[in-house]
Amino acid sequence: MRREAPQRLSDYGPLAFPAIMLTVFFVIPFGTMIAVSFFQRQQGGFYTPAFVFSNYERFLSLFFAHVLGFSLMLAVLVAVCCVAIGVPFTYLMTKMSRRAQIVWMVALLSVLSLSEVIIGFAWSTLLSRTAGITNLMVTLGLMDTAVALSPGFPAVLTAMVYQALPYTILVLYPALVRLDPTLTEAARTLGASPLKAFFTVVVPALRTTILATLIMVFIFALGSYLLPQILGRPQHWTLSVLITDQAIYQSNMPFAAAMAVFLVLVTLGMVALTLFAGRKREETT
Amino acid sequence: MSSLLHRFYFALVGLFLASPLIVVAGVSVNAKQTLAFPPQGFSLSWYADIFIDTGWRNALFASLILAILSAALAVAIALPLSWFLWRRIAPWANVFQLLGIAPFTLPPVITALGLLTFWATTGFYGQPWTAVISHAIFFVTLPLVTLTLGFTAIDRSLVEAAATMGADDRTIFRTVVLPLITPYLVSGYAFAFVLSLNEYIVAYMTVGFTMETLPIKIFNALRYGYTPTMASVTVLFVVLAAVIYSLIARFGDLLKLLGANSEEQS
Repeated sequence: MRREAPQRLSDYGPLAFPAIMLTVFFVIPFGTMIAVSFFQRQQGGFYTPAFVFSNYERFLSLFFAHVLGFSLMLAVLVAVCCVAIGVPFTYLMTKMSRRAQIVWMVALLSVLSLSEVIIGFAWSTLLSRTAGITNLMVTLGLMDTAVALSPGFPAVLTAMVYQALPYTILVLYPALVRLDPTLTEAARTLGASPLKAFFTVVVPALRTTILATLIMVFIFALGSYLLPQILGRPQHWTLSVLITDQAIYQSNMPFAAAMAVFLVLVTLGMVALTLFAGRKREETT
Repeated sequence: MSSLLHRFYFALVGLFLASPLIVVAGVSVNAKQTLAFPPQGFSLSWYADIFIDTGWRNALFASLILAILSAALAVAIALPLSWFLWRRIAPWANVFQLLGIAPFTLPPVITALGLLTFWATTGFYGQPWTAVISHAIFFVTLPLVTLTLGFTAIDRSLVEAAATMGADDRTIFRTVVLPLITPYLVSGYAFAFVLSLNEYIVAYMTVGFTMETLPIKIFNALRYGYTPTMASVTVLFVVLAAVIYSLIARFGDLLKLLGANSEEQS
């Protein structure tokens, strides 16, 4: 059956339910959030309709600049780590047998499904003094006493890479599994070592994919809302953590909403900027 | 030599992915109520606790019901939408495809906060059913992606043949389309189910003060008192996810769902 344009109004029937659901429960909530970001906060966690910019004015502080800078830096760092580990991993995985690929994929999907609560709990246990990895070191005689490795920046970074790595591999997989194998074969025939073939043929051929993956992992990492809170100190809190904190514990919905709107804008802005930079570079080369 | 290097690299990544789970599994079999590792003594009582302790059992049931219903609702939204986009030429309808993908792509806090303000404004804040709708919207992306993939895989000449024989849209859907997309329907449901089971922030922001799902319960335990039950629940979740994904791989084509070309390849 060929695709046809809808002729009668009843042809639109199947679209009604999805369209209503997505509009009422996604578009309208999104709009509500934007509206609330301009509302006036009252004492005791309530807010009244208004049109004030005071929630946005609070961004103009050194504290907020620090949080924003740290959030972006952390997300970039996580994205770079994940892509650096993920690209060779995914490339080698696509060369494995179907069976082995399926086993790895099941494992990766299982880790990806874990909520941040569980990842945070698991890593805080692994890095703790009583139940941590350092106990193993002591048992093996590598260390004298067990120490706590969290909270701290390395703990936050490690757990966030842990969270984002399966995602990175899943994003890279479709592009890498369809990569023309004759490309590397040609390079190998011409005498390149596997490592050289990987860096001179595979990586350049995947430049666009890698850039796109970096952006997607960056956005993913920017959304991490619990790990910096569980594994870090207050100076490691990101924008997402701050939004949750303001909305739930400080009961300041207008400010939380303003920060969320800001986060959307930052996310979209970074995507646009990266796409723009990518196009510019392609034009010059 | 390079093959040895490959293995070492894979072992390293595997160890990285597994190590927190190994520690958690170790903690979950402690004999006493401590989070010690290596575990002191051996006991499976913390696994029994998930089902015996009222708090944990209620949280487990809340999570299961939420996941079963919200995944079903997500599929109910995604199926007609993906069918319509496959059957009809209506470029503007792609807006809804985009709306279906957005909640999952944006940072989750944003979807969660949007829904929180929405439920608070409409006065339904805290009702258990709001969590079902919220999760369905948040995870609609997954069945939408698998179903869109499933529809593109349908050979249109099959459908054409049925139409030539005089079958109408409804009959074609029931006899030709539905059997062909069932694997994608099931895997879309399964993805949404597993992720809903694990989801924390949207559930917390919508019903966090009136209902405890397992992730919320774990988070509260993390703040107000550790117990090895947290570890046993974690192990249960990992095993459940692994079993469900293995079933998808066993009865469907997992690699194709994730973007590989087809079964014949490699």
